[in-house]
Amino acid sequence: MKSARKGTGGGGRSPQDTPGLERPKSARPGSSPAQLMRPPAWLAELARRRPWLIQLALLALALLIPLPLNDYYRTVAWRTGLYVMLGLSLNVIVGYAGLFQLGHAAFFALGAYTAGILNLRLGVPLLATLPASIVVAAFFGYLLTRPILHLRGDYLAIVTIAFGEVTRLALVNNIFGITGGANGLSGIDRPRLLGIELRAPIYHYYLMLLFLVVTIVAMRRLERSRLGRAWNCVREDEEAAAAMGIDTTRVKMQAFVIGSAWAGLAGALYAGKLTVISPDLAKFMESVVLFCIVVLGGTGSIPGIFVGAVGMVTLPELFRPLRDWRDAWLGVAMVVMMIARPEGVWPSHRVKMEMRGEGEARGAAPAEGGAGGGA
Amino acid sequence: MQLLQQFVNGITIGSFYALVALGYTMVYGVLKLINFAHGDLFMWGAYLGLSALTLLTAGTLAGGIWMIVPVGAFVFICIALAGVLVERVAYRPLRSAGRLPPLISALGAAFILQSLARNLYGASWRTYPQVTGLTGGITLAGGLRIGFMQIFVVAIACVLMGALWLFVHRTRVGTAMRAVSTDPVAARLMGINVDRIIAIVFLIGPGLGGVAGLIVALYYGSFDFTLGWTFGLKAFIAAILGGIGNIPGAMLGGMLLGVVETLASGYVSPQWKDVIAYAALIVILIARPTGLLGERVGAKV
Repeated sequence: MKSARKGTGGGGRSPQDTPGLERPKSARPGSSPAQLMRPPAWLAELARRRPWLIQLALLALALLIPLPLNDYYRTVAWRTGLYVMLGLSLNVIVGYAGLFQLGHAAFFALGAYTAGILNLRLGVPLLATLPASIVVAAFFGYLLTRPILHLRGDYLAIVTIAFGEVTRLALVNNIFGITGGANGLSGIDRPRLLGIELRAPIYHYYLMLLFLVVTIVAMRRLERSRLGRAWNCVREDEEAAAAMGIDTTRVKMQAFVIGSAWAGLAGALYAGKLTVISPDLAKFMESVVLFCIVVLGGTGSIPGIFVGAVGMVTLPELFRPLRDWRDAWLGVAMVVMMIARPEGVWPSHRVKMEMRGEGEARGAAPAEGGAGGGA
Repeated sequence: MQLLQQFVNGITIGSFYALVALGYTMVYGVLKLINFAHGDLFMWGAYLGLSALTLLTAGTLAGGIWMIVPVGAFVFICIALAGVLVERVAYRPLRSAGRLPPLISALGAAFILQSLARNLYGASWRTYPQVTGLTGGITLAGGLRIGFMQIFVVAIACVLMGALWLFVHRTRVGTAMRAVSTDPVAARLMGINVDRIIAIVFLIGPGLGGVAGLIVALYYGSFDFTLGWTFGLKAFIAAILGGIGNIPGAMLGGMLLGVVETLASGYVSPQWKDVIAYAALIVILIARPTGLLGERVGAKV
């Protein structure tokens, strides 16, 4: 094995060194997704022994990526990162707690509008609006989801769709006269930091990266916290969780509130970069893109969300001439993935076991033994 | 009198919702799946109807009303086959995969259909030719006005729904359909070919939806590719309102939603009518998730 051809692969997921050079595109779909995602042995070993080394390498990569790019691609990178953040926020609801949320973009829009309105009406500097955006999105997350938590599965999905549409229509109809109607708000101030106005895309990239790193650290802590484990239980078997003394309604609501709050934060960052926001932010399509980032990328898994964001945001951006076909591509990806690999490209081990049964999950990624039946 | 007028308009729109809601409710009855693609199949009915009408009459409906019959039959057949195709490709492989994968696959199928329509027919609004025999109307005492078009579409909707009711309640296949919807496993044990019944459901539901697309487009005169999403969601609300899985419920829910929406747009504000429709959905799901006529689905909510 010719190891460590660092040039292209970079940090996380360099595919196995096979004929990569001769036919880089057609060689990949041939191997199964499971093989594709498996890192080479040396990398897996390194990841197990020195996880921080990998993390450091990835961080360095993220810091260096925008440097050789032009402004357009820096914006694409910013956008991808922002959608990773949004994906991670939705992942709390969909991935950790196992609840359907097909109106998540509404909370993103709420965050953006909060920042925009505070900035335009009261002249609050943009970075100072971040806490307000978080609080408003969290508050609405609480208010809207409190009465519907007893609903399950597709009923919950439908109600969240309805909430998303109601939010969008309320913004379009210029509710309270402060949302600017169908045109939205424009002329929002850019964020200022240490006296510098953050104008160039690269500044926004690093600002986003800062929050993204905070998000990832927070998510990893959350995953392993008491609350995270409670979510796991509720997702796998709600009745059993309730029997073990978990207040399932409360725990589910916390997932909605935390997820919504984080989406609000991302919304405020978005408003600061684009300076123009419209009710289209709350479109159903946006919610579906977010949902796909989580579910197709890998439910419950942080690297999966990265894969999802690249597939759903970066690729369509890079293939702009085919833009009209983006929805079709999304649709095909959804149908094919659900049939071939319902747990997503890079799922968390747990979700994979839930979806496929323990035996198959082990077959795909050889791991430790252990008997017992998956659900 | 204005109230009565709004009521008439509401019944007209409600009969469209009812026709589309039937497709949702039938599929939900047998598969327990929200067929998100249904709204887009409905929208395809409008596009195919437009193509067929244009082909048949080169833009003007020379023969008037009777032209609707062959066009309607054509749309029914095409959309029914498309419905079966969607079931075969996107739903059948996921029959045993739990709740989440079919839901996402259904959304995916909807996007494919919508994107195809947008790319093949263009994103702009399309106008339907006027039907010569249906332009006028009658004015009753007190200024209540009923268009011939309204009478026509409500009549078609009633005939189709009556035929469906007879089919489901008076034929062997219909009985088998109800059996599968009550308990698929027991139905299979009784010798019913469940796959065939599901295929038939996917013939009839989308077929009716396609015809609904044709008459909706005829009624409004113009539409674009987002018709499927907005109308489909409303029709789904109608299905839930009446009690999903329940065929008379879908009809009742559709009429009710049509009337509520028209009244809301007349007496509150047209801008907020959609919000009121969604609010009705949210309230009904919180207060009575089984819908007005549903009792069977209680345990699944």
